[in-house]
Amino acid sequence: MDNARRHTLGVMLLGGTIALVLLGPLIWPVPHTAMDLGARNAPASLAHPLGTDQLGRDLAARLLAGGRISLAVALVAALVGTGLGLAIGLAAGMSRALDAPLMRLTDIFLSLPLLPLLLIAATVLRAPLAAIFGPEAGIFALITLSIGATNWMATARILRAEVRAVMKRDFIAAARLAGIGPSRIAFFHILPNISAPLGVSAAQAAAAAILMESALSFLGLGFPPDLPSWGRLIYEGTPHLGTYPGRALWPGALIAVTATGITCLGDRLGGPPQ
Amino acid sequence: MFARLIAAAISLCMPVPLFAADGHAGRGSDGLLRLYYWQAPSTLNPYLSGGIKDVEAASLILEPLARLDPDGRMVPWLAREIPSQDNGGIADDMRSITWRLKPGLEWSDGSAVTSQDVKFTVTYCMAPGSGCAQQAKFRDVVAVDTPDPLTAVLRFAAPKPFPYGPFVGAQTPVLQAAQFADCLGPAAAACTEANFAPIGTGPFRAVAFRPGDAARFEANPAYRVPDAPAFATVLLKGGGSAITAGRAVLETGEFDYAWNLQLGPDVLNAMAAKGRGRVVTAFSTLVERMALNLRESAPRGSSTAGPSPIPHPAMADIAVRRALSMSLDRNLMVQIGYGEAGRVSCNIVPGPPAYASRANDGCAAQDIPGAREVLTKAGWTDDNGDGVRGRNGRELRFVFQTSTNAVRQDFQLLAKEWWRQIGVATELHSIDSSVFFSADAGNRDSLQQFNAHIQMYASASDGTDPEAYLSGWSCDNIPTARNGWQGRNVGGWCDPAYDALLDRLSATSAPEDRAALARTLNDMLVQNYVVVPLVDRGRVSAHANTLEGVRMNAWDSELWNIADWRRAPR
Amino acid sequence: MRASALRRLAMTLPTLLVISALIFALLELAPGDPMAQLPDSIPAEVRADMAAALGLDQSGPVRYALWLRQMLVVEPSVALDRLLGTDLAEGAPRILSWQTRAPVMSLIAQRLPQTLAVVGLAYLIGTLAAVALGVWSAARQGTALDRAGTAVAAMGYGLPPYFTAAVLIYVFAIWLGWVPTVYDTTHRVTGWDSAAVQLRQIILPVAVLSLQTTAQITRYTRAAMLEALGQNYIRTARAKGLTQRRVLLRHALRNSWVATLTVIALGAPQVFAGAIITEQIFGVNGIGQLLIQSLHVGDLPVVQTVTMLIAVLIVLANLAADLLIARIDPRPDHG
Repeated sequence: MDNARRHTLGVMLLGGTIALVLLGPLIWPVPHTAMDLGARNAPASLAHPLGTDQLGRDLAARLLAGGRISLAVALVAALVGTGLGLAIGLAAGMSRALDAPLMRLTDIFLSLPLLPLLLIAATVLRAPLAAIFGPEAGIFALITLSIGATNWMATARILRAEVRAVMKRDFIAAARLAGIGPSRIAFFHILPNISAPLGVSAAQAAAAAILMESALSFLGLGFPPDLPSWGRLIYEGTPHLGTYPGRALWPGALIAVTATGITCLGDRLGGPPQ
Repeated sequence: MFARLIAAAISLCMPVPLFAADGHAGRGSDGLLRLYYWQAPSTLNPYLSGGIKDVEAASLILEPLARLDPDGRMVPWLAREIPSQDNGGIADDMRSITWRLKPGLEWSDGSAVTSQDVKFTVTYCMAPGSGCAQQAKFRDVVAVDTPDPLTAVLRFAAPKPFPYGPFVGAQTPVLQAAQFADCLGPAAAACTEANFAPIGTGPFRAVAFRPGDAARFEANPAYRVPDAPAFATVLLKGGGSAITAGRAVLETGEFDYAWNLQLGPDVLNAMAAKGRGRVVTAFSTLVERMALNLRESAPRGSSTAGPSPIPHPAMADIAVRRALSMSLDRNLMVQIGYGEAGRVSCNIVPGPPAYASRANDGCAAQDIPGAREVLTKAGWTDDNGDGVRGRNGRELRFVFQTSTNAVRQDFQLLAKEWWRQIGVATELHSIDSSVFFSADAGNRDSLQQFNAHIQMYASASDGTDPEAYLSGWSCDNIPTARNGWQGRNVGGWCDPAYDALLDRLSATSAPEDRAALARTLNDMLVQNYVVVPLVDRGRVSAHANTLEGVRMNAWDSELWNIADWRRAPR
Repeated sequence: MRASALRRLAMTLPTLLVISALIFALLELAPGDPMAQLPDSIPAEVRADMAAALGLDQSGPVRYALWLRQMLVVEPSVALDRLLGTDLAEGAPRILSWQTRAPVMSLIAQRLPQTLAVVGLAYLIGTLAAVALGVWSAARQGTALDRAGTAVAAMGYGLPPYFTAAVLIYVFAIWLGWVPTVYDTTHRVTGWDSAAVQLRQIILPVAVLSLQTTAQITRYTRAAMLEALGQNYIRTARAKGLTQRRVLLRHALRNSWVATLTVIALGAPQVFAGAIITEQIFGVNGIGQLLIQSLHVGDLPVVQTVTMLIAVLIVLANLAADLLIARIDPRPDHG
């Protein structure tokens, strides 16, 4: 598939999901926590287009709510991860003195067993963060921060290389001669020139975050039952695959569509970054 | 030892040694029995782990002097009979109990079982530094006399009206003195070989044990019943989840027995509908309940940790507590959360049958109009029209906490909805179970510190006698900062009349009188709404249709009668 | 050997030390209590006694120092004792699991074969498929085949493995009944029949895992092949009239080996970690399942040791990849 068409496909898949999740509640304004105890485990009907769960909550509404959580996790985790990567990449690329220590740090992080550490963090930091931010925001902070904190190294490496390439260009030398400070150079001269790889990294971080969140939910270390992210919905739905397959298949399909969409966008440079 | 572990691991993988398959009756004639314990046992020494999974796996090998049958009655096992005051087994001053072993008992290595082994087991568990999980059961034993090889006399420090703590039930089996002699105190943990393959008297003996993964057992050649067990080998497989286990027995028939199927009722029913196996349940005393905090809880983030002794203006009013209980539809809760694995409970002591009160059965019916009336009569009204009742400027707004768990979160949502209908606003908190059930005194979110108004959890009486359990609501069992947050009376209820009755219970030995007292104590708790019982939670397991002889038991190990299990004739 | 590889070698030990301290510090934050799993009929003072028997009453730094000594001195000498029959360890206390009271290393030794069988096989199949798919789709860049290949890769990447696994189990094990739902870790291959059983039980977990591996590696292989195919010497080779097959396999693939092998070497240890989910679903009680099980019950010595072991593997794989590049890469050192 050529890059332009993949790009279009990516935009369509991702845009479609985001539109669905954000605009869906306008068309389907059922609150996701509303219980309909008379219609528990109901099949698809006009009142509940995708059926209901064991408490009679509307699955369609829960999917939309879950999408908002999953996409918010993706967005924030990608911001955290890419932000860290950008800061470290910029610093390492612009300053000779910082380059070596920062790249060693990146190497150490690349040597960490990330999934095990993420699991440990999700287990042990749960209570402290919940105490600081409150139970719901605490879990959200825990998941996004820990995913972001373990997913910045690739970004940092690519951006460092890109920044170094930009630094060799004439206009940087000119700007330096003109007495412009390093932060202004970074912001006005370098950033615009590395926006493409930055965007790709961010997209990939977002896709990884959605998948990672769902993996944590599956292992019982993600969101609690009252915050139904897509990962959590799959986790709750898989035991019912034989009886109510939609409960797992819908969120599964939505995750797959979103992650594929993001990846298609990110693959624009011809291959994943190394 | 490492080499032996490897050898054990290899032998675990060896093909099943098939005994003479002459069709019927006879030890080992039914080949392989496959058990699925999705939470795999981590050791075969129940004294080093309090976990149910470990106690049950060990019960294939190790046996106590007496077991409890599915109705909670004591059955002599290695003992000839159950000691009682009538047969002279319990001294008149209730300070000693005399157990007599069955004659001719042998360990699986062929040596004789003697009263020295019984004595040694007490020494083993009470040795300082051992970290023995069952030491509470032996606590009052000051000495064990062994007048002859078959008689052991346990002497207690104080009169014990119910002296059946040690050696009754799967938690406290008899260990072989010879095997564990060098494993006393701090050395207990390092005896990996003995802990993973204890020598026992039970129907099976360990062939290989891989903690957390799988274990293989074979019929004990020295087992006292000549034709038992019917199975030659037992494979105990762990890993996966309750779903994996249920599926492997009920849907695909890969395993014969699946333990502890904590699954949603609709999931379990769909599996059982495949017709390959049966779901079995048994009930003991595990009750899912709400505890109500009668004291004002300190605001979150304040420096004074934990509930202060000021009575809570709303919770201290019995009308509020009663209304909260009345508005719950316990039948629906059972249907949604537990299905066959639960039944509505209006008592905090739901069994054994003689101990279960019948005075509170009315709680099963939900009565929302009634609850509203109770509140209105007590002066709790919604004057400002915000949907929440109040009195003297204090509104009925409660924080309801529990551990993070799918069923508990469903229950929280249901309760919140029903309470909304009677004009009570609820804020839900769910706390990770490792934190909620932690005994760490620095942890404000624990069950003991109870920084909320309502909390939900499950608890059970250990064994059939509820004395220790009921004493959990005595005045001196209230957890406070001063006692390091120890104690089970989390709601802070204190009634001298209750404590007086407890004292009477601890001096009464006739079983009927004990049962009557226990029922009265139960009624005091429930009728004062100190604690709101919800569901009597049973144990759920499943076995294949081709497996016969399973008698599900929640009082002892589920595998208590595995010597009688057999393959159904085709 | 190149300077960069040497530098890496020198960095290995400090890196591992930093990692071990990081892991320990993270675990020290745990508010959980390994005794919280016990039935509540066990009174608090008994719990405290059990915790003391585990050495939990000591302070964090003391336990870290002890663990480090056990990891660096005791365990290696125990291993040497086994191999050479010496008595270097002299019965020094080993790293014991809190839950099972068994040496953590023997737990790991028991679990490793199962992980290696399933994960190793899956990685092998996954990488082979990835290389084949990558070469193939690069050779037919822009055609329907290429598109199909990249679509498979995108799907494998976008589908969460536990979701694929659940659906596959339902279809093939329950609905069709072709394969078992549970992986029997005690099964041993002794003949054709048992080999068939082993094949049937391993096929689903391997399929799920290798789909993931393929999805991740194909993209690298394809990119590396495309880069190689764009080089001048390939045009020369084509101009010389060499067949497409020869050009692809003899020239382009050989020159994209370095990139591909590096990715494969770097990815190998992460597979141990990534297999946690698959092991959990199929009941393959390997390293990953040991980790998650210990995490759930707060068995910190096991969590720490297993995580550290995976970290060691990753560091070693990085080193191997560096040495590999230093050896075969004809291009100058990139630093």
